[in-house]
Amino acid sequence: MSRETVLWLAGGIVVLLLCPVFLPRFYVYLVSLILLYGLLATSLNLVLGYGGIFQFHHAVFYGIGAYGTTLVLTKTGLPPLFAFIAGPLISAAFGLVLGVICIRLSKLYFGMLQISLGSLVWAIVYRWYSFTGGDDGIHGIPLPELLSSPKSAYYFTLMITLVSLFVLWRIIRSPFGSVLQGIRDNSVRSEMIGINVRRHQLLALVLAGFFAGIAGTLFVVVDNTVFPDMLFWTLSLEIVIMCLLGGWFTFLGPMLGAAVIVALRTFVSTYTDYWALVLGVVMMLVIFFLPNGILGYVEEKLKKGLIEPEIKEQ
Amino acid sequence: MDVVYSVIPAGVLSQIFVGLSRTTILFIVASGLTLILGVLRIPNVAHGSLYMIGAFTAFSVAKLSGGGSTGFWTAVAIAPLAVAAISFIAERGMFQFLYEREHLMLLLLTFAFSLVFGDLVKLVWGSEYKSVPVPPVFQGFIPLFGGLPFPLYNLFLLVAGPVVAILLWLLTNRTKMGKIARAAAVDREMVGAVGINVSRVFATVFVIGCYLAGLGGVLVAPTVSVTLGMDHNLIIEAFLIVIIGGLGNIWGALLGALIFGLTQSLGILIWPKFGIIFPYLAVVVVLLFRPTGLLKSTW
Repeated sequence: MSRETVLWLAGGIVVLLLCPVFLPRFYVYLVSLILLYGLLATSLNLVLGYGGIFQFHHAVFYGIGAYGTTLVLTKTGLPPLFAFIAGPLISAAFGLVLGVICIRLSKLYFGMLQISLGSLVWAIVYRWYSFTGGDDGIHGIPLPELLSSPKSAYYFTLMITLVSLFVLWRIIRSPFGSVLQGIRDNSVRSEMIGINVRRHQLLALVLAGFFAGIAGTLFVVVDNTVFPDMLFWTLSLEIVIMCLLGGWFTFLGPMLGAAVIVALRTFVSTYTDYWALVLGVVMMLVIFFLPNGILGYVEEKLKKGLIEPEIKEQ
Repeated sequence: MDVVYSVIPAGVLSQIFVGLSRTTILFIVASGLTLILGVLRIPNVAHGSLYMIGAFTAFSVAKLSGGGSTGFWTAVAIAPLAVAAISFIAERGMFQFLYEREHLMLLLLTFAFSLVFGDLVKLVWGSEYKSVPVPPVFQGFIPLFGGLPFPLYNLFLLVAGPVVAILLWLLTNRTKMGKIARAAAVDREMVGAVGINVSRVFATVFVIGCYLAGLGGVLVAPTVSVTLGMDHNLIIEAFLIVIIGGLGNIWGALLGALIFGLTQSLGILIWPKFGIIFPYLAVVVVLLFRPTGLLKSTW
């Protein structure tokens, strides 16, 4: 990382830390949502952008994390800390189960089977009134005193998101991350040089599930509710769009994409009921004109700017 | 008939027939999906939306043309064509420029379309429930195996399914266009190299596939309440059917639809509240043993 990047990051974190001081309550809530959706999209990008795995139903892990935390909080007498750890772990375990079933299939087959099995989970959550609250979901989840104010929920979300992003960054920069990208670029060659492709992919799926579960738990903290739409497949494709919009070969791209989509959704929804229409049109524009996403586009421009002077010197 | 009764209880038998009628709808929609997947390699998420548009259009057409039998048959004739026209515009306007891109982009583009279509339906028809009356010809019940009442309309569906299957088989196996499409599914570059306009073949297949989605929507309309969101569950079911049948295989779609329809209707007898999980379990079992589907995939 260059000195400049570090300064930008530090500046960004300071701004985020000061948010609750000068922003009204609603915007603090909005920034919390952006942070947790950004974490969700970044966790998807670990497998989608860096791993090249067609994880089409990522929302299921997000939902399971949220429901896991909620159910432990409401149905058992265990301490809240345990619930917050249990949510992501259940998600990760589910990532393993779904991964083992799906991983034998290649790209598109994998994605479609995952959408299908994820929808099964949705159907169960949607119908099981006595346990998950059915289509009503669960509202007014009891949180520990420490997290009950919007401000403290915000700081909690910010802290967990930053730590998670840092860990994800380290994972991508680790030898494991390099192997994962190698598998994405050429899985046959990776297999030939002795890499266990499936095991690496499976580990990536479990990790992605874990961090998606964290995002789900954060949603419980921020919004105090869970509902079955959190694991509906349309949300999954929305998360894919966040990755694509921000730039899915960049680390912070998904976070940027999440910020744009969440902000846009909030503002469009105040004017019209037709948010899906707007999102659809935005998606079409991105697919046609920004295939590498915003950050990918910026990076491309910057590189061009760097290379051109060198040519002139010659 | 007494022999049949002694082997299969009446409740099970009637559920089997309910499942078979459901199979027809699932097959018609899934065959369109599998056609597009096999030849164009597009996982068309908007397929469910086209099915929904077909059902809503059927409602309007049947109403405008005076209802009754005339209204129904007019709807059957016109609504799928309307859906095909919409898909033609989408294909020529957008999809044809993206065939060289990866599947993910195509899938996301179809998702974008499904979002737009969903809201357009809301814009045009509003969010209330619509119902399409069963045409007078098919009203009433017929006794089945000694007195078991079976809706006449469902019997019509049972006939319609195989008819569509045979027509599709003839189209893909007995016409030049079908043969070219099958060749393009295997090696599109080679087909282009021998001087065939692949782009036009793709457009035709896409439109036929979407026509089938519309047809499914029209045929299902009298048996369900036509409503927003009817596309969301159906598209998942259609995807599953296509996967367990083998991508691109029309007979696979029929087999998958049979498995899906029957496990769904019989599952309700076993566990009424969670009958919905049985088709999914069937899918998991199939894929554990045959990861690429039961029949040969064109991929």
